Amino acid sequence: MSDWPLWEVFVRTSGGLDHRHAGSIHAADAAMAIQNARDTYTRRMEGVSLWVVRSSDITASDPDTSEAMFEPAASKIYRHPTFYSLPDSVDHM
Amino acid sequence: MAVENNQNLFSALIQLGDDALILSQRLCEWSGHAPTLELDISLSNLALDLVGQATLLLNYAGEVEGTGRNGDTLAYRRDHNEFRNCLIVEQPNGDFGQTVLRHFFYSAYALPMYQGLAKSTDEHLAAIAEKAIKELRYHFEYSSGWVIRLGDGTEESRTRMLKALDWLWRFIDDMFVEDAAWSDLVDANVVPSRKGLREEFDATVLDVLSRAGLELPAQVWPITGGREGRHSEHLSLLLAEMQVLSRAHPEAAW
Repeated sequence: MSDWPLWEVFVRTSGGLDHRHAGSIHAADAAMAIQNARDTYTRRMEGVSLWVVRSSDITASDPDTSEAMFEPAASKIYRHPTFYSLPDSVDHM
Repeated sequence: MAVENNQNLFSALIQLGDDALILSQRLCEWSGHAPTLELDISLSNLALDLVGQATLLLNYAGEVEGTGRNGDTLAYRRDHNEFRNCLIVEQPNGDFGQTVLRHFFYSAYALPMYQGLAKSTDEHLAAIAEKAIKELRYHFEYSSGWVIRLGDGTEESRTRMLKALDWLWRFIDDMFVEDAAWSDLVDANVVPSRKGLREEFDATVLDVLSRAGLELPAQVWPITGGREGRHSEHLSLLLAEMQVLSRAHPEAAW
């Protein structure tokens, strides 16, 4: 059982919200991963939906290239939609 | 009429409640010892579902009895010969395979039982059953899934499942023993007939065991007596551990 692959768990906490990363679990296959995720991350009513994905199937950005990846955005404030004034009645923006 | 009916209902509630309570206590023994962290949590979850069901059933039994006992006194102040659980739930955990096979047999019996109880003319019992069904459906999925995985797994896991099957098979009939009180409640549409559940149970077991690649064991001489309070020595040891604190400090509150 020590050779079970690692899975990342995403939990939707209520209808309409996004699935959010909750943590990871070990499981032999996808069906077992859902079960283990259910038992580990939704036992206190945290969720209404679960996604699991093999950790090895996630392609991540390289921390060594983070300067080239992310810093150029810092000097371009005109990309931020902060120059509009929103009416008070508009929620959730 | 009311008194006799209450005695019958009390007897049925004790049988149902004790099944859940004793199986829960057995599963608790895995806490901190399961093969993986994930399984450790999942077995504790099953145990918590069952202790919740036991609490509702035994509290209701105390109410029906009307002599001031409640779920706690029924759980912690009775001796082994006063327990009415079926024998399979008190059997030792063995390895993980034996634990999930025991759980599979119990949930294959309990799920249709509670589906029947949900239609009870006793509304309180029906409401308890309705809540339990959702939990038991997961117990059945979980345990049957593992029985199939392990039976159809490696040579080692298959050998262990055959051994577990050999150990547990003789306790199956005991789950379905129906005493006079239970039969009276069947006639009054308060509980489903245990005999009537047997056919569905047998079909479920055959289906899952064949998917697990496990042959049905040969007919064995069944061991019964749980519903009459005749238990194996395993129950006494389990109760000693479960009841020690309450027995040592009878009026303790926390």
